Amino acid sequence: MNQADLTMGAHSTGLTIEPPFSIPTKKLAMWLFIIADTMTFAACLVAYGFLRNGTADWPRPFHSITNVALMTVILLTSSLTMLIGLREARAGDKAKAFRWIMMTAALGILFALLHIREWLGLIGEGMTMFKNPWGTGLFGASFFSITGLHLTHVTCGIIALIAVGLRYRTGRYNADDIEVLGLYWHFVDLVWMFVVPLVYLLNLTH
Amino acid sequence: MTATPAAKRESGGIGKDVLVYICLLALAGLQFVIAYQKIDPAQMLTRMLIVACVEAGLAELFFMHLWSEKRAFLCFVVIFTVSVLLGMQYGWTDSFRMLVGAAPYSR
Repeated sequence: MNQADLTMGAHSTGLTIEPPFSIPTKKLAMWLFIIADTMTFAACLVAYGFLRNGTADWPRPFHSITNVALMTVILLTSSLTMLIGLREARAGDKAKAFRWIMMTAALGILFALLHIREWLGLIGEGMTMFKNPWGTGLFGASFFSITGLHLTHVTCGIIALIAVGLRYRTGRYNADDIEVLGLYWHFVDLVWMFVVPLVYLLNLTH
Repeated sequence: MTATPAAKRESGGIGKDVLVYICLLALAGLQFVIAYQKIDPAQMLTRMLIVACVEAGLAELFFMHLWSEKRAFLCFVVIFTVSVLLGMQYGWTDSFRMLVGAAPYSR
């Protein structure tokens, strides 16, 4: 080993600092984003809770749980397909991993379409951001804001799934990138678990 | 291909993921059952939120692989999130007071 090697070795030793919590930087960045986004959704849901509690004529427009139940099953299933895609990516089977990621994106698209169909149904019944036939106009504003924010996240997730999936297939991304994307997709699923009881189930017509 | 420390530490096959998935489906179903119970809305909300928190915990620990990460990171995520969420409640209670009694538009 010559002096140059020793010097370079010393430099690389000096620069090789273990990342915080021993996780890759991209993954840590995604976790920090998820924590920050948790605050956004928590703020929206808590504000919604206070509004609902403080308003006497809060409407209960949902007659059936079929649509929301189907949406929940689809989103949960998409989390499972994402996990299988990640396992295949880690195993090095690019074709299978790509197929599972695209299946996750397809389930996401199905979820978004059902969501839009539900919105159109409510709009058809006369609900807008500021008024509805059943009670306070605040309901429309809070409903469309919360579900719209979630739907935006789902849409971004679908775009990311397709983009990352394609780049993974061509070899530009690896299994770690799929894992980081998976974290985001599971987070979207996690938020839905709170949106369903607060926004839908508490507003069922009995 | 590089494997993260979490990926190396992860144990169990697809069976564990499917089991967690079934648990999540069952818990989601439980929320729907609670929605049709004839109970006080506050009690209903509490029960639903407890179930949602259990669901979120399962999803974070197993789907998002938090369980396989270093314990220090798990503690960081949990403590940081919970403390900020609790901190938000401090401000929200005052907002509620303003909403129901003190704000001019509430009357």
